[in-house]
Amino acid sequence: MPDKFRKTILTVIFIGFLFVVAWLADNYLDEYVMRVVRTGLIYVIAAVGYNLINGIAGQFSLGPNGFMALGGYMVALLMLPVEQKEFVWFLQPLIWPFRVFSLTKPFFPLAVALGGVAGALGALVVGVPSLRLRGDYLAIATFGFSQIIIVLANNLIPVTNGALGIKGIPEYANVYRCLAWAIVTVIITSNLANSSYGRAMKSVRDDEVAAEAMGIPIFRHKLLAFVVSGFFAGVAGGLMASLITTVSPSLFSFSMTFNLLIIIVLGGLGSTTGSAITAFAFTLLSEALRFVESPITIGPIDIPGIAGMRMLVFSLLLVLLMIFYRRGLFGKKELSWDWVVSRFGNSNRQGVGTWPHKTEQS
Amino acid sequence: MNAAVFFQQLINGMSLGSLYALLAIGYTMVYGILRFINFAHSDIFMVGAYSAFFFIVIFRVPWPLAAAFAVCLTALVGVTIDRVAYRPVRDAPRISALITAVGVSSFIENLGLVTVGARPKAFESPQFMSRVFHIGPVTITGVAIWVPIMTFVLLAVMMYVVYRTKIGMAMRSVSTDIEATRLMGVDVDKVISYTFALGSALAAAGGILWACKYPKISPLMGVYPGWKAFTAAVVGGIGSIPGAMIGGFIIGLIEVMTVAISPGLSGYRDGVIFLVLVVFLLVRPTGILGETLKEKV
Repeated sequence: MPDKFRKTILTVIFIGFLFVVAWLADNYLDEYVMRVVRTGLIYVIAAVGYNLINGIAGQFSLGPNGFMALGGYMVALLMLPVEQKEFVWFLQPLIWPFRVFSLTKPFFPLAVALGGVAGALGALVVGVPSLRLRGDYLAIATFGFSQIIIVLANNLIPVTNGALGIKGIPEYANVYRCLAWAIVTVIITSNLANSSYGRAMKSVRDDEVAAEAMGIPIFRHKLLAFVVSGFFAGVAGGLMASLITTVSPSLFSFSMTFNLLIIIVLGGLGSTTGSAITAFAFTLLSEALRFVESPITIGPIDIPGIAGMRMLVFSLLLVLLMIFYRRGLFGKKELSWDWVVSRFGNSNRQGVGTWPHKTEQS
Repeated sequence: MNAAVFFQQLINGMSLGSLYALLAIGYTMVYGILRFINFAHSDIFMVGAYSAFFFIVIFRVPWPLAAAFAVCLTALVGVTIDRVAYRPVRDAPRISALITAVGVSSFIENLGLVTVGARPKAFESPQFMSRVFHIGPVTITGVAIWVPIMTFVLLAVMMYVVYRTKIGMAMRSVSTDIEATRLMGVDVDKVISYTFALGSALAAAGGILWACKYPKISPLMGVYPGWKAFTAAVVGGIGSIPGAMIGGFIIGLIEVMTVAISPGLSGYRDGVIFLVLVVFLLVRPTGILGETLKEKV
């Protein structure tokens, strides 16, 4: 059997397996756990998209929260029932096209995709001017743009309802839809990363001047990575809007970007599977760590619950990672079938890789 | 807008701008030497205001002494941050240093939230700061006069240190060529520590004066002033100390005048500054006084 075909079969089986697990979880786990799982899947989408621009193309963006906001508001405007829209925008009416219609449940994937398009368009508008900058200038420019998006969300009341946000978005982001989008994101991103475009992006990351000298149009590849990354940020924002049924500017504050940054650094900048696995694990862990913010009684000692404790731990984690464990859990390597086969498959097979399977030189 | 209102806003803008200038110098000095943005600088500003607050309220230290203590303590905090977090990543790729700085900034903010709480605290400003003067129709508070004066004094000291002392010469040397400076026998790490100490001391002074002007302090008070000061540093030309001062005044005036000219834009006042930042980065990343940096291959 050709190697490539076998891997495709394995991937299809694995996806089927994931859906079976999702079905079992949906039927046997309680609502709270499933909410965490869905949040985790949405973080997978956002982190994998963010890793594309930061880890694979090596362009340090601090703007995914802005693009997530675009996607979130897009889905909110498309999906919110018309009567709810009249209820939400009671001071100033909603702008015209959104005022008169709303999409029904079968069109939810379309709305999420349009949220992604909103994110991608935002990335295009931000990226065309700012991707000419490098390093920290780019980081600041993307940060500035995403802050402008949040300021607009706070003030453009006819579109966003200002700081009050939009309430009552139908909760269509069930576990299957979130899982499907997460799988689509991982597949598209890893195929892109392994294509000639992806190799060009990595060459830009490793040495921009050398890449340019080799004739790679660096700006076009940076922009491609940025727009695709913006698309997935928009998708993640849209799903998140539907999951928690409200959007407001504070939901998409800089702390969202900060969490994603921790995830991709912990997973290993440049590793798609690393980002995906870490994103999911991080969400579960961060829920599990909620107890540190609640009051604890250890024998005679009462520790009052302190809000912000988790963020303190995460910030410390990020700094320690940067100092002592810069490569992250996966480095730039990917978890691939070659490795799985070499571990668990036929051990007589020739040419099997060692763990972790090395997909590139760095 | 008549002349009186204009003059009033001019004074408001100048006093706000001088605070941004104080903060911007820290960004610009660290950038000039290490080519990296110290995201935690805005939180050092907050630490300065809080340490003055605790010296005044808890230890009942007289105001000028409390301010001096707070400035020294904050300088120490700045040096510690550099030593503990930034020095280990100095030879790492620049993206790592930047991520570290984002982490340190978030760490200090959350440490503040956990230890002193999110509720804003009322800052006691001294008598001479809160006095009100009337010149015709223009009302001036003591803060609006004292802040620019103190800023100019501090900046004069700063300029003296950087351009007339040996350590200042070492700083300028490190910012020109770090390797050559090391070869000349200068202890580069020590020079960088001094830079952080000076920058943090100015940030602390800025934080204390800010708290006198806006007497509510909270762990997140530094975030927006920090970004605006950073914008000021970019506008003036990052790496240039006179540039940071000019940028600070420009940003202060833009912020005040935006709201004065069109009160409907008050919700967008932060957005306008970010717009200025983005436009400058895109059109003239070297700012008004900055020199063009050559990209090293």
